[in-house]
Amino acid sequence: MEMIAPAAQELIPNNAAATGDDALLEISLGPHHPSTHGVFRMDVVLDGERVVKLKPVFGYLHRNHEKIAEGASYLASMPYTDRLDYIGSLTNNWAYALAVEKLAGIQIPERAEYIRVITAELTRLQNHASTIGFLTQEMGASGSPLMYSFREREKILDLFESLTGSRMMCNYMRFGGCRVDLPAGWLDQTRKVVADFPGFLDEFERLLEGNEILLARTQGVGVLSRELAIQAGVTGPILRASGVNYDIRKVDRYGIYDRFDFRVPLGEHGDVYDRYMVRMLEMRESLKILEQALRDIPSGPIMDTKTKIRGFRPKAGEAYGRIESPKGELGFFLISDGSPNPYRYRVRPPSLINLTVLEDMCLGSNVSDTIVIFGTIDIVLGEVDR
Amino acid sequence: MDLELKEALSRQGIFTTTLEELYNWGRRSSVWPLTFGLACCAIEMIATSMARYDLARFGAEVFRPSPRQADLMIVAGTVTKKMAPQVVRLYNQMPEPKYVIAMGACAISGGPFKQGYNVLKGIDRYIPVDVHIPGCPPRPEALMDAFITLQKKIDAQSLTGADRPRHLNAEEPSEFIVPQYGAHDLEPPKNVKLWNIITKNIPNGPGTASDNEPRKD
Repeated sequence: MEMIAPAAQELIPNNAAATGDDALLEISLGPHHPSTHGVFRMDVVLDGERVVKLKPVFGYLHRNHEKIAEGASYLASMPYTDRLDYIGSLTNNWAYALAVEKLAGIQIPERAEYIRVITAELTRLQNHASTIGFLTQEMGASGSPLMYSFREREKILDLFESLTGSRMMCNYMRFGGCRVDLPAGWLDQTRKVVADFPGFLDEFERLLEGNEILLARTQGVGVLSRELAIQAGVTGPILRASGVNYDIRKVDRYGIYDRFDFRVPLGEHGDVYDRYMVRMLEMRESLKILEQALRDIPSGPIMDTKTKIRGFRPKAGEAYGRIESPKGELGFFLISDGSPNPYRYRVRPPSLINLTVLEDMCLGSNVSDTIVIFGTIDIVLGEVDR
Repeated sequence: MDLELKEALSRQGIFTTTLEELYNWGRRSSVWPLTFGLACCAIEMIATSMARYDLARFGAEVFRPSPRQADLMIVAGTVTKKMAPQVVRLYNQMPEPKYVIAMGACAISGGPFKQGYNVLKGIDRYIPVDVHIPGCPPRPEALMDAFITLQKKIDAQSLTGADRPRHLNAEEPSEFIVPQYGAHDLEPPKNVKLWNIITKNIPNGPGTASDNEPRKD
């Protein structure tokens, strides 16, 4: 049985006799694959059902985001940031606005800070809800759980639409504040969605948590050790599932996050189940933040009056702005040379950096588990390839 | 057939139709799309198939992961030059009759990323597109409208005659050129035969003779 491809020979350093039943099989998962969350490819070498080598292949969605931004004005890059992590455009907006505000030394009004927190936490809710929906889909529960997730997601998208005019590509934040003020009745609508959301979480937990298949497919699968997670620069829910207490909302306290009372859920084992549970618990904490922000939001201006958005030319210098996006540390690094467009524009995408530990988590597991492990990293290819 | 006679017969419980209508009705009522997402638009495509918008009402809820079982490709998102050969290959693998919806600005023309060096300026350079829907991303309602437009298009197809669809014409190609990376760009830069049909009415446009010459590098 001559199954091994020449390329696979090179991939495996100590390849034993590649004949007979020991033959290794190299397969390519993707770029067209139902569970790869877009156009991502894994070159997997299999020994029977077990993965012995995994090579991620990126670049199928490289849309030249950074290069386009270096030729465009600071304002013109804002709509492009929507399309990085296209599930949560508002957190991308915030990270970019934060970097520009650091670069130019802009202070933003109180009300705008509250609006940013509210929209970012709503984004986190809908991102985690759909991630868990997709995760259950990858475990074979085709359709139904994802429909529950998308039912809740649509409610939040309605809020985004009435605020920003778009369901997904919100393009809402500006350096110096936000684009438009909240429409009449928006806060009440949001309060209602926030009040109803725990019902969805309870329902979801009731359906999933005791489920034998879910437990068997997730517990002890794809373990990421605490040490490796720190060394690889992994951030976000995956890092916290491995037991590292690192949440940029707590570390940097950017915006007004020091005013809110919330906890950071941590995992113990760093397996798929912990990553799932950390996301479920994070949604509850986000709801806490939302309740406090909706209670305390003041009235007032939403834009810093001194900032001139059109013809914006920050003085020469550099700045790095980072936030805790639903996927991890999302940062923008900007170098200005005093001209209307940035000299260097660099995105620190959480998805790409979290993806670097994929092989370490997958080695020795089955092909079907590889898909589930990959799903819990929660990547968006727009952000990985940019 | 005489419409009055047809109505009179239907009042008696006898329904008459033509083979063509029956054939088109069957095909347009069970369009199976390919599970194929490229970028942001794919999320809206998923949202369309979920409970709120419920694409199943149009008979198109069965998303198939294999191109061999699908008859509609929704190009949902930015096609990069690295991905374009795979998109065309998937299209070639689908059985006839097959249809394509170009969903969103990127699939139509490159959209906001058109100036990027790695972005294909529209998938209709390589494969024939039946319905274009603008938007970035198009709303689920827009995708449903594209479905209805496609269904109308299928309804109007005739089985015989000069204007019969491609899959009933043995001389028409069912496979299209798969582009490959050349020295500088994708080779060929477009499927000239296909591109000329789209642009033949534009004077001095991209389909004219000078545009079809290969790049001199």
